[in-house]
Amino acid sequence: MFPMDLGPHAGFIVAAYAIALAVVAGLIAWIVLDHRAQVRILEDLERAGIRSRSDARDELP
Amino acid sequence: MRLSELANPSHFNALTERVLPWLVVATMLAFALGLYQALFVAPDDYQQGATVKIMFIHVPSAWLGMMGWALMSASALGTLVWRHPLADVAMKTAAPIGAAFTLICLVTGALWGRPTWGTYWVWDARLTSVLILFLMYLGVIALWRTVEDPSRAARAAAVLTLVGAVNLPIIKFSVDWWNTLHQPASVLRLGGSTIYPTILVPLLIMAVAFTLLFVTLHLSAMRNELLRRRVRTLRLMRAAAANP
Repeated sequence: MFPMDLGPHAGFIVAAYAIALAVVAGLIAWIVLDHRAQVRILEDLERAGIRSRSDARDELP
Repeated sequence: MRLSELANPSHFNALTERVLPWLVVATMLAFALGLYQALFVAPDDYQQGATVKIMFIHVPSAWLGMMGWALMSASALGTLVWRHPLADVAMKTAAPIGAAFTLICLVTGALWGRPTWGTYWVWDARLTSVLILFLMYLGVIALWRTVEDPSRAARAAAVLTLVGAVNLPIIKFSVDWWNTLHQPASVLRLGGSTIYPTILVPLLIMAVAFTLLFVTLHLSAMRNELLRRRVRTLRLMRAAAANP
């Protein structure tokens, strides 16, 4: 049982909140998955011995 | 840390790593409080009934849709005038987030309009100018994806963004300049808000929550973009090493 009485236009209210939630969830999922993908690719490149000049400089004693 | 040090991507990443967890917690708390106030405390409107609850997501989304383009415009100046290394990263990553909030604004506006006005859509000045904002976001995103070199894409996108900024005052003042079905400004106006505090306070809390969400998503997307550019650099180095 829904705890609120949303009146005769409840469908419009629920749809608005559901669509907003879906769009925000999509944004969050895109950013999280993109982060994982970029980190994985970087690790693969570094494992293959590809390093930038700044990385090499950072590792100097 | 001085502001100028943020120009260094590694300093920016270090700051982001520290700030993001706090931003996530603050965003969740703000949404918990805002949604509780909006759904369980705020009264129904005397004319619209419970459909006024759509306002608590529609209005903050509209503000952030416009704020996203304003942020992109400031970043465009940073790209063209000062050539700040993070300016085009900020500009590029704000576009999809601003587009998403503008989409939420358009869809929730249509769903609010049907029971209130009797129609999902009219081609009046406010609705049409916001639709144009959404289409401009799509255009900028397409431009970024079309030009492979990030610095060339940044300059083209910066020019398009600054031209598109003309639409922001049109959106804001469209309800004053033309006869529209959309109501005039009722929160940000000279003479103060016309909304009763029991509805205004939840609206402002939701606006803070949406703003925190925007900042959190934007910083995260900027961090991803810096990683993507690093990947691009390393791939170019690998290609150069393979073909000396």
